[in-house]
Amino acid sequence: MICQECGKKPATLHFTKIVNGEKTEFHICETCAREKGEMIPGTPNSFSIHNLLSGLLDFEPSSSATLAQKPQMARCEHCGLTYAQFSKLGRFGCSSCYKHFADRLDPLFKRVHGSTTHTGKVPKRSGGMIKYKRELESLKKELLLRIEREEFEQAASLRDQIRELEKKVAEA
Amino acid sequence: MTQARFFENALSDWMKGKGPDSDIVISSRIRIARNINPYPFPMLATNQQSKEVLDKISEVLEDEDLKTISRFTMLPLSGLNELQKQVLVEKHLISPALANESRNGAVILSDNESISIMVNEEDHLRIQCLLQGFQIKEAWDLANQIDDHFETKLDYAFDESRGYLTSCPTNVGTGIRASVMIHLPALVLTQQINRILSAITQVGLAVRGLYGEGSEAIGNLFQISNQITLGQSEEEIINNLYGVVRQIIEHERAARQKLMYETKAKIVDRVSRSYGILSYAAIIDSKEASQRLSDVRLGIDLGIIQNVSPTVLNELLVMTQPGFLQQYAGEKLSPEERDVRRAELIREKFRKVSAGGVA
Ligand SMILES: [Zn+2]
Ligand SMILES: [Zn+2]
Repeated sequence: MICQECGKKPATLHFTKIVNGEKTEFHICETCAREKGEMIPGTPNSFSIHNLLSGLLDFEPSSSATLAQKPQMARCEHCGLTYAQFSKLGRFGCSSCYKHFADRLDPLFKRVHGSTTHTGKVPKRSGGMIKYKRELESLKKELLLRIEREEFEQAASLRDQIRELEKKVAEA
Repeated sequence: MTQARFFENALSDWMKGKGPDSDIVISSRIRIARNINPYPFPMLATNQQSKEVLDKISEVLEDEDLKTISRFTMLPLSGLNELQKQVLVEKHLISPALANESRNGAVILSDNESISIMVNEEDHLRIQCLLQGFQIKEAWDLANQIDDHFETKLDYAFDESRGYLTSCPTNVGTGIRASVMIHLPALVLTQQINRILSAITQVGLAVRGLYGEGSEAIGNLFQISNQITLGQSEEEIINNLYGVVRQIIEHERAARQKLMYETKAKIVDRVSRSYGILSYAAIIDSKEASQRLSDVRLGIDLGIIQNVSPTVLNELLVMTQPGFLQQYAGEKLSPEERDVRRAELIREKFRKVSAGGVA
């Protein structure tokens, strides 16, 4: 594919932007991207990364009708930021925004990072909690199973383990 | 305690021009973004809330374990004048955003300036470690340790599936930005640079000029950093950057050898002319100075110029920036006056260090 700006060099950057349901495609070469300063964050006179982001945030997944209907109504209860403000600023107002806008963030994170889930470092203190929580959940599931099967001896031992773990969580 | 040294000395540790692969890599930096619950991020925090955040963070500085890493000095931005702020920006110790718009902003500096911790910038806490040469893994180890110390005392905003929660969606997950500042004159001269930069952007890394977002790549200096922070672990991010930079270093070395082999007279001429101009010019703007300094640095690395240490070059790159020149002069200067001062400063430095000159 040839660059749509200069019509000479091969296009190496391909962009699709969907604003208000209207799809625009860009095919552009490295030189023109640099000159226009559009596609590479940090180049002179570029759209800042936040402009670029709010471009991405405007896009409405056509497959999901519910999202497209009222995309701007959501509001974070903790800090008061609306989704409309968020998409304009390209910034969250507080950590709760992540919960309140949760159902719209996956497409954004997919486009920015190519992924939606953290796989890195976990803070030691609250991270320990996360481990306990996961362990508790699986113990409780097993407990129900044992009771269903009327395996009361094992159930009793599981109950003790759960109590022990809950005490640990309470102390932490 | 005296704060003056942070502003008067140009030389932070990262500029000493030593460290692994220091003929090509100037410095390695890790930045970690963190926020503290339940406070809104700095953009929306009230004056009172950002004050509380600042207080909580300064309490951690009393921690004895933290003191085993270094002694730290906290500088509230409200206590600094415009020139002092600009000097910290030019030394890469704070961001322009912290200097310009922060409420209850502060910077915490280690004695050798390798660690600088920004408070109430875009996020509540930004831990930065800046080391000389190619030491990105070492910088991560250090930043990680400091992060652990803060985490024992502060309630970080963290989510099981999204990771560390940050103000900007581009930082969420690990909250980590790893970057390497690299001098690539031979790849620029042999016109291989665009091909390489384009390859870099295709593997999830970003490239920008020396003075951060929105600035040009002055003096053939490029900063290469990770763009992805979610879905990759810290180790993956750092190993990816490490591997790519390692390859670029080899390409630059090969290009330098090729230049010396095929066009030695041209390179010696170019380096020597730049050396001559810097030694004798009476007026020089910052763009030309950066380019000439880059030539001289290449000349040092290729053994064309002897008796000039790369330390001086790194120092001059910072000292010839506007804020530093004015700090040095002790007054505000017009652009024309700065060009005269800049030339003076470079002449003076060159005279001091170079008894030998061109080989
Ligand atoms: Zn083109
Ligand atoms: Zn919020």
